[in-house]
Amino acid sequence: MLDKELRSMIGDVKDGRMDRRAFIKRMAAVGLTAPLANQILALGGVAMAEGAQVYKPTKRGGGGALKLLWWQGPTLLNPHFATGTKDQDGSRLFYEPLACWDPDGNMKLVLAAEIPSLENGGLAADGKSVTWKLKPGVKWHDGKPFTADDVVFNWEYAKDPATSALTIATHRDITVEKVDDLTVRIRFNKPTPFWADAFVGAPNTIIPKHLFADYKGSKSREAPTNLSPVGTGPYKFVEFKPGDLVRGQLNPDYHMPNRPYFDTVEMKGGGDAVSAARAVIQTGEYDFGWNIQVEDDVLLRLEKGGKGKTIYAVGGDTEFIALNFTDPNTEVDGERSSMKTKHPLFSDPAVRKALSMLVDRESVKKAIYGRAGRTTANFLNGPEKFVSKNTSWEFSIEKASKLLDDAGWKPGADGIREKDGKKLKLLYQTSINGPRQKTQAIIKQACQKAGIDVELKSVVASVFFSSDVANPDTYAHFYADLEMFQIPLSQPDPSQHMRRYLSTNVATKENKWQGTNFPRWVNKEYDAAIEAAESEMDPVKRASHYIKANDLMFQDTVFIPVQHRLKVEAAANNLRPIISGWANETDNLHDWYREE
Amino acid sequence: MSQYVLRRLLIAIPSLLGISVVLFVVLALAPGDPFSELATNPNVPPEVQAALRAKFGLDDPIYLRYLHWLNAMMHGDWGFSFVSRMNVDTLILQRLPATLYVIGSAQILALLVAIPVGVYAATKPYSLFDQIANTFAFIGFSLPTFFTGLLFILIFSVTLDWLPFVYTTDVKATGIHWVLEMIRQAIMPVAVLGLFQAASMTRFVRSAMLDVIRLDYVTTARAKGLGQATVIVKHVMRNAMIPVVTLIALQMPAVFGGAIVTEQIFRIPGIGSLLISSILSNDTPVVMAVTFVFACLVVLFNLIADVLYGWLDPRISLR
Repeated sequence: MLDKELRSMIGDVKDGRMDRRAFIKRMAAVGLTAPLANQILALGGVAMAEGAQVYKPTKRGGGGALKLLWWQGPTLLNPHFATGTKDQDGSRLFYEPLACWDPDGNMKLVLAAEIPSLENGGLAADGKSVTWKLKPGVKWHDGKPFTADDVVFNWEYAKDPATSALTIATHRDITVEKVDDLTVRIRFNKPTPFWADAFVGAPNTIIPKHLFADYKGSKSREAPTNLSPVGTGPYKFVEFKPGDLVRGQLNPDYHMPNRPYFDTVEMKGGGDAVSAARAVIQTGEYDFGWNIQVEDDVLLRLEKGGKGKTIYAVGGDTEFIALNFTDPNTEVDGERSSMKTKHPLFSDPAVRKALSMLVDRESVKKAIYGRAGRTTANFLNGPEKFVSKNTSWEFSIEKASKLLDDAGWKPGADGIREKDGKKLKLLYQTSINGPRQKTQAIIKQACQKAGIDVELKSVVASVFFSSDVANPDTYAHFYADLEMFQIPLSQPDPSQHMRRYLSTNVATKENKWQGTNFPRWVNKEYDAAIEAAESEMDPVKRASHYIKANDLMFQDTVFIPVQHRLKVEAAANNLRPIISGWANETDNLHDWYREE
Repeated sequence: MSQYVLRRLLIAIPSLLGISVVLFVVLALAPGDPFSELATNPNVPPEVQAALRAKFGLDDPIYLRYLHWLNAMMHGDWGFSFVSRMNVDTLILQRLPATLYVIGSAQILALLVAIPVGVYAATKPYSLFDQIANTFAFIGFSLPTFFTGLLFILIFSVTLDWLPFVYTTDVKATGIHWVLEMIRQAIMPVAVLGLFQAASMTRFVRSAMLDVIRLDYVTTARAKGLGQATVIVKHVMRNAMIPVVTLIALQMPAVFGGAIVTEQIFRIPGIGSLLISSILSNDTPVVMAVTFVFACLVVLFNLIADVLYGWLDPRISLR
C-alpha cells in the first residue's frame, strides 16, 4: 500500500504536480524521510536535488584566518590511511570527493558535474553501475588537470592489498573504468541500492595519480606526498605537524566561484573536549571546536555571555546496551561466551524485557546527554526512512518487577531475585568515558530496586575497542552479561551497520573474535531480512526490510538503545559552519563563512 | 678526566640495553593494539586489520621484534610510527623545540627563584622572610601542576582575558612581535612548571646552605674579617651547591615527564604530549623511542652531575 502511494507521489514530483519539499514532508509523515528520500527520488526517475546553497560571500578570500580546534589532531594526511575521522577531517581540507553530504543528507556536488540519476543515464536500471561526469577545468594545486585517470587510479591504489589502504573494503568489490577524460563508470557485482559510497564523502576523497602512481602497493608508505598533500580543495597545503597542527592557505584557482571565504585555515590538535569548548565558547581564541562531548550543564554554563555557542547535527549514532546470548561464565574449548552455551538468565525472554524497562532513557538524557541526545526504542535511528515506528519504550520498575514475578524470579533472602538456584546477578561493562560511567550508575540503581544485582566494570577504551586476540576485555570477546558503547553510522545508509549481526558473523575463538556479531544472537528471520534488503532495488521495499530487521532486534531485546546521540560542535557566534550528521565536520568546509 | 667520561659512557651501554629490554617487553605485554580505532569502523573489514598487524610485524614473537628494533636502532633507524606512518625521529625532532623552550625556561625560572630565596632564607633562619618563603614553598609543592594550570587558565585567560591558553607553534608575526607573542603564550606554562620546581628546590637550597653555614671553616672565614657577601657566595654556596647540582641534574629527565600534564593542559606540542597521545593510541614504536630517550637523558644527566662535582669540589676524584 505504502509502495503504491509512494510510486504515485514520485510520479507527481516528476510531472511537477508536487514539489520536492512537499514530497519529503509527506515522506516524513509516513516515517520515510531524510537522506535517502532523495535517493528514492533518484531511483524513481527524478534527479537528486543538490543541497540548497546559503553561501553569502560574493568574492573569494578576504575572510582572514579560520582557526579550528580538534582536540585529537590529525596524525596523517592521506585519506586512504585514515584510522579515524580526525585524519579524514584533516585530509579533507586539501582533498575532495566527487560529492559530499549536506546537513539534510542531500548529495552536494564537489568534483562531479552532475548527480547520477536514471534520467541522465548515470544510474543503470538494474542497479549494477553508476556513471559519474566530472567537472571540467578542475586543477590540482600544482596546476596539473584533474581527470578520470585520477579517479580510476584511486580505485587501483586502494584495492591493492599491498598498499594496505584502510579504504580497501569500499574499493575491492567494484570495478572502475574510464569512459572518457571526464567520465568514469563504477560497476558493481550485484545490484547495489546504495551506490554513493566510493568517491563520495570525506572518507573517500581523491588523491592525484601523478604524485602517487610510483607509490602504489608496498611502497605506499614512502610517498612524500603522504605528509604534504596536493589536492583540488579550497585550501593549499602549507604545513603539517602530526597530532599538533595542519595549516593551509587559500587556493586562488579553486573551482567553485567566490570560494573559499577564509584566507588561511589552521587546525590545531591536542588537549581535551572541555578546554576546547572553553577556547571556542568562552574566550573565543578559536572559531570552531570539534566533537564537544561535554556534559550539557557545563556547556550551558559556558554559553552564558560567551563568544560562541554549541551546534548540533542529527545523524544515526546510537548508544546501546548489548545483551550476551551465550554464557560468559562457562568455558568451552578454551572460550567463554561460546556458541555452544546459552545464557543462563537471558534465555528467559522475560528477564531481557524487564531489563529494557529498567533503563531510564529520559533520566539519562536529562542528567547526561541533554541537548545532544534523544530517547529511542530503536537500534537503527537513521536515516529516517529506515527508522521503525512500530516500537516503543517505557521505564517502570513496577512493571519490570511484575514481569519477573510472573516468570518465577522471586526475591531471595538478600533481596536478589532467583529461580531454580540461579541468581539474577549481572556483569555490565563499558569503556571508560564520563557519560558512560554515569549511565551505568543510573541503570544499576534501577536494577537494584527491581531485585537485580548489577556489577559494573569499565575498561580503557584502547583495550575495549582493540582487536587483541589475547585480551579478554575487548568488546568482541564480550566476557560479560551486558556491555554498552556505540558504533557510528558513517554514511547515510544502514547496510554496513545491519550486516554485522548476521548469524554468519558471530564472534568466536575460531575467527579470532573478528566476527562482528558480538551479542552472538542468531535469528533466521533477521538473516533473511538483511539478505533480501541487500539485493532489493526498490527503495521502499528495501527500507521495509531494514525496519523489519530492527523490529526483530527489538522483539528479542538484543540491544537496549540508551540514547540516539547527536553530533555536538562549538562555533564562534559569527561563524556560519555547515555541519552534517551524515558526514565529517570538514566535508562542507568550502561553504563556511563568517557573518560580518 | 676524559678517560673517566669515556669509562662512564662504556658502563652506560649495558644499562641502556637492559632498560631497552625491560621497556620493550613491558610495551609488548601491554594490552591493546594500534588499530583499535578501526574495530568499530564498518568500512574496515577484519581481514584488513589482520593484514595490517602482519605488515607491521605485530604477530611476530617478542624476542624477534626486539632484535629487529635493536638492529634498526644501531643503524640510526628509530622506527616507524603506526599511527602517523612516518619516521619516529622526524616526529620527535618536530616536538623537541617546544619542549626545550618551555621546559628550559621553566627550569631557569626555577633556579632564578630558588637559589636567591633559598640562600637568603638560610642566612636568616626563622626570620619573617624565611617563614614566608617556607609557607609559599609548602603551598607550591603541595599543589599539583594540573591544578595550578587550570587555576591560571581560569584567572588569566577566562576572567581577565590577558593570556591565551592554547599554545600555537606558528605564531603569525615577525620580528619583535613574534618574540613578544612567543613569550606571552609561554608565560602560564612556564610559570606553572617553574614555580612548582622552584618550591621544592628552595627548600632544598635552604637546608643545604644551613648544613654548611654552621661548619667551622665558615666561622674561620668570618673571623678573618671577610664580608658577609663574600663568605656566603664564595665559601658557603660553592659547597652547598654540590647536593643541589645532583638534585637539578637528576630532576632534568623527571621534568620532561612532569611536563606531560602541563603540555596536555596548555596544548603545547612537546615530547610529553607526543608520549601521551602515542600511549593512548598504542603507537608502540613512538612510545618506545620517547621512553628510551628519557632513559638516555637520565644516564646522561647522571654523568653531567658527576663531572660537575669534580669542578665544584676538586677533592672529589674522578678516577
